Amino acid sequence: MSDAIKPIGMPKWGLAMTEGKVNAWLVEEGATITEGDEILEIETSKITNVFESPVTGTLRRKVASEGETLPVGALLGVVADASVSDAELDAFVEQTRQAQAEAAAEAPPPEPVLTEAEGWTVRNLRMGPEEGVPLVLIHGFGGDLLSWQFNQPDLAADRPVVALDLPGHGGSSKSVTGGDVAWLAAQVRSALAALGIGRAHLAGQSLGGAVALQMALDEPDRIASVSLVCPSGLGREINMDYIGGFIAADRRREMKATVEALFVDPAFVSRDMVDDLLKYKRLDGVLAALRTIADAVFAGGQQAQVFTDRLATMKPPVQVIWGEADRIIPAAHAQAVPTRHVLPGTGHMVHIERPAEVNRLIAEFAAAADR
Amino acid sequence: MQLNREQLLAAYRMMRTIRAFEDRVHTEFSAGGIPGFVHLYAGEEASAVGVCMNLDERDKIASTHRGHGHCIAKGCDVDAMMAEIFGRAEGLCGGKGGSMHIADLDKGMMGANGIVGGGPPLICGAALTAKTLKTGGVAVAFVGDGGSNQGTTMEAYNLAKAWNLPAIFVVEDNGYAESTASNWSVSGTQLGRAAGFGIPAVQVDGEDFFAILDAAHDAVERARSGGGPSLIHGRLNRYYGHFEGDAQTYRGNGEVDRLREQKDPIMRFRQRVTEAGLLEGSQLDAIDTAVAAQIENAVMKAKAGAMPPPAALLTDVYVSY
Amino acid sequence: MAKKSFRQAINEALAQEMRRDPRVILMGEDVAGGQGAPGEDDAWGGPLGVTKGLMPEFGRERILDTPITESGFIGAAIGAAATGLRPVAELMFVDFMGVCFDQIFNQAAKFRYMFGGKAVTPVVIRTMFGAGFRAASQHSQCLYPIFTHIPGLKVAIPSSAYEAKGLLIQAIRDDDPVIFFEHKMLYDDTDDVPDEPYTIPFGEANLTREGGDVTIVALGRMVKVANEAADALARQRVACTVIDPRTTSPMDFDTILESVEETGRLVVVDEAHPRCNMAADISARVAQDAFKALKAPIRMVTPPHVPVPFSPALEDAYIPSAARVIEAVRAVTA
Repeated sequence: MSDAIKPIGMPKWGLAMTEGKVNAWLVEEGATITEGDEILEIETSKITNVFESPVTGTLRRKVASEGETLPVGALLGVVADASVSDAELDAFVEQTRQAQAEAAAEAPPPEPVLTEAEGWTVRNLRMGPEEGVPLVLIHGFGGDLLSWQFNQPDLAADRPVVALDLPGHGGSSKSVTGGDVAWLAAQVRSALAALGIGRAHLAGQSLGGAVALQMALDEPDRIASVSLVCPSGLGREINMDYIGGFIAADRRREMKATVEALFVDPAFVSRDMVDDLLKYKRLDGVLAALRTIADAVFAGGQQAQVFTDRLATMKPPVQVIWGEADRIIPAAHAQAVPTRHVLPGTGHMVHIERPAEVNRLIAEFAAAADR
Repeated sequence: MQLNREQLLAAYRMMRTIRAFEDRVHTEFSAGGIPGFVHLYAGEEASAVGVCMNLDERDKIASTHRGHGHCIAKGCDVDAMMAEIFGRAEGLCGGKGGSMHIADLDKGMMGANGIVGGGPPLICGAALTAKTLKTGGVAVAFVGDGGSNQGTTMEAYNLAKAWNLPAIFVVEDNGYAESTASNWSVSGTQLGRAAGFGIPAVQVDGEDFFAILDAAHDAVERARSGGGPSLIHGRLNRYYGHFEGDAQTYRGNGEVDRLREQKDPIMRFRQRVTEAGLLEGSQLDAIDTAVAAQIENAVMKAKAGAMPPPAALLTDVYVSY
Repeated sequence: MAKKSFRQAINEALAQEMRRDPRVILMGEDVAGGQGAPGEDDAWGGPLGVTKGLMPEFGRERILDTPITESGFIGAAIGAAATGLRPVAELMFVDFMGVCFDQIFNQAAKFRYMFGGKAVTPVVIRTMFGAGFRAASQHSQCLYPIFTHIPGLKVAIPSSAYEAKGLLIQAIRDDDPVIFFEHKMLYDDTDDVPDEPYTIPFGEANLTREGGDVTIVALGRMVKVANEAADALARQRVACTVIDPRTTSPMDFDTILESVEETGRLVVVDEAHPRCNMAADISARVAQDAFKALKAPIRMVTPPHVPVPFSPALEDAYIPSAARVIEAVRAVTA
């Protein structure tokens, strides 16, 4: 693809959005648009909103017509400078549309499924090829597999990628009988067994990081590499105001204020995100599960399980990726890991705040471990 | 139904307590110490006590405007009742209910009721609870001759029969719904009405404690054994007006004096048990003295009690809001 | 997560709560249907089939058909609640409150207060409301303002299948009497509804649209109408916030006031008769507490002060429409 051609794709607003309807174009073909300009009005099942241009340049083609409903990522329009000929442009549009249509036809967007593991039901989402050592994504406290939505599709370009919901989270069973890191690791192990995954790369964010470390310790030969994203398990400090606030919040306002601490830019906290978190928290059993886990892993207001003295002898390679301005777990904990990437201007959800960079780091690390 | 001496003494004490309570409320109301409305039960004691002697802690009752007697007979605390009528914080309902809404659910007393005919549907519910949870309990709705004309009461008869509930309806027919005579306002008869719903019913002398006791015994037995609802129609008399301050100009000349002299259920009870040699007059006199002291004490405590604090205005509306 | 209809969501909420708690019972006219009749048992499951299938699972001991005797069985539900059960009573159409209201507003609503905080009356009264069914004057009213007026009652008005399940489970677990309003025109609407039981807290408004120009408050079926209007207005570059209070008692005035502080403009859509309705109540509160923020007079979109008519031509004119909401938004933004 010529760098001079900049495609504009259907945005994804919120976890639930799979497609959008183009209500109206707000700019004319041939207009010069700047990143941030309102260019389209898009309607989803939840909301109608204006779409701000992600790019700057001349709008050469409106690919989507008004009234058309298209999947997330579908080509809506093309920005290119004058150096690109009309023929090149048409070829690009044709090619992209065809590729997207073929991809959609042969692989409908994957949906999470429920799998019976020993003692629990695990919701999981699989993407990518059949071949290769799979990468397993483990979310943090209060999260779910969809928190990897900006990572999993990219990472699945190289290898099978399975994201799963921990016990008490997302669509997995809500019964939590243990709750400490070792228990969570055992549950994930049973899930991998049920999913037929022998050896795997792990990526874990926040609490999921400690779970990944525990798994690497328990069965070093089955873990190919560990990528930690703002993980717990590397120090005692943890922002208990956040943990307590997340458990206590049952109203939109409180939840919004609480989860804003996860990001540097509070604009990441959309109404949909807050709604979805509240919907999850209202499910029977969730509150008890979260309390049990929090009591076990953050006993006495600090992290109960710290792996720093075990890292040197740990067999699988470990890297850590951290948001420098993480307000939940201090990024200083990254010092414990030699292979570390601390990204400025990001917070605890660095994989959502800076997905491209995080995806690249994880993909490269796993690829290196495979060699 | 045979009562032992202890039970007879208890029944007498209860009736005497009701009478002394009501006489004293009458006096205190006239003196201006009691706010609002009060409707006194004096003269009808045999009914409440005769029925409630058959009940235990599993059983529920719903009452009428004229509820003090039912409360005492079901075991409500007399001091707290008096405090409630005086509108005090120490009252059974914290001073929020007053005479017309005295209740103590812990004692199975589901409330006096300001709405005529309000209780019978509720009692169907209490009976349904007993039936569903298999507690063995029964539920009793006391209703006046006025309440007997409400649609709610007849809906309750029908529902209790359709659902075969352990419910008992006790129609306390004191001859007047407010100022209107029941022999004019009640079409047909209470027994005929019960028969119309297929409910076993009996009419008793409502001033004869032992007659009420036996009728209620049969009804409670029927209810506890799954035989469904019953109705008891007791004819009795009230000695005070519909409410305190009612001059009772609608009553016959000397009617109340004559009733007090000839029909007083407490006097009749006394006569019967002493003549039969079951109890000594002196035992009953001792109860009279003790009850008088108890009521005096209740009034003193009520008057000395605190008014509910202003903050109480806003509490107890919801369990959570 | 499965798509379920509003009807299925309510049925599922009832079934799950009855499985969880043996004290939960259901009663009402024809909630199963066919009792004592020679034909099919569970013949109806309520007049619109909402409770169909519950009787075969839970039996007639817990799914109680009643005679047509609203005072009798609504009162019985209240008495049962005060003595240890957690009954859900179905008052078929809210219009029938006229023959049982004493038991609701003088008994259930006041027990706790009159009895000094000692009574707990966890009864739910489910009832159908609203126009659009060609059911004429005595089967089409809203009437929730009347219940909202009574201290001691809680009033929930779900606007979607998701809301219906969560609010009904909350209602059943709630220790206060709850009147649960089901708009009969919503029963076939579908939504993503989790299979698991969940609760939606009372007294927290939901935002179904977010925009900075105008605040629209709507209840029940009117939330759909308001959303439709907001979407049309968004295409015309007028951004509306749509607030669904979910419950009118307790009422989340804070969310409404906060939004009006931002937008300075308020349109309230209420299907209830216009006098002393929720639109008037909300408008009064905003006028009192956010007067300085208002940039235009508040507009209320309601039916006219007439009974609900029968003829489709008249009934359609009676019910507030998206077009009327748009017109009101235009008026406050002019």
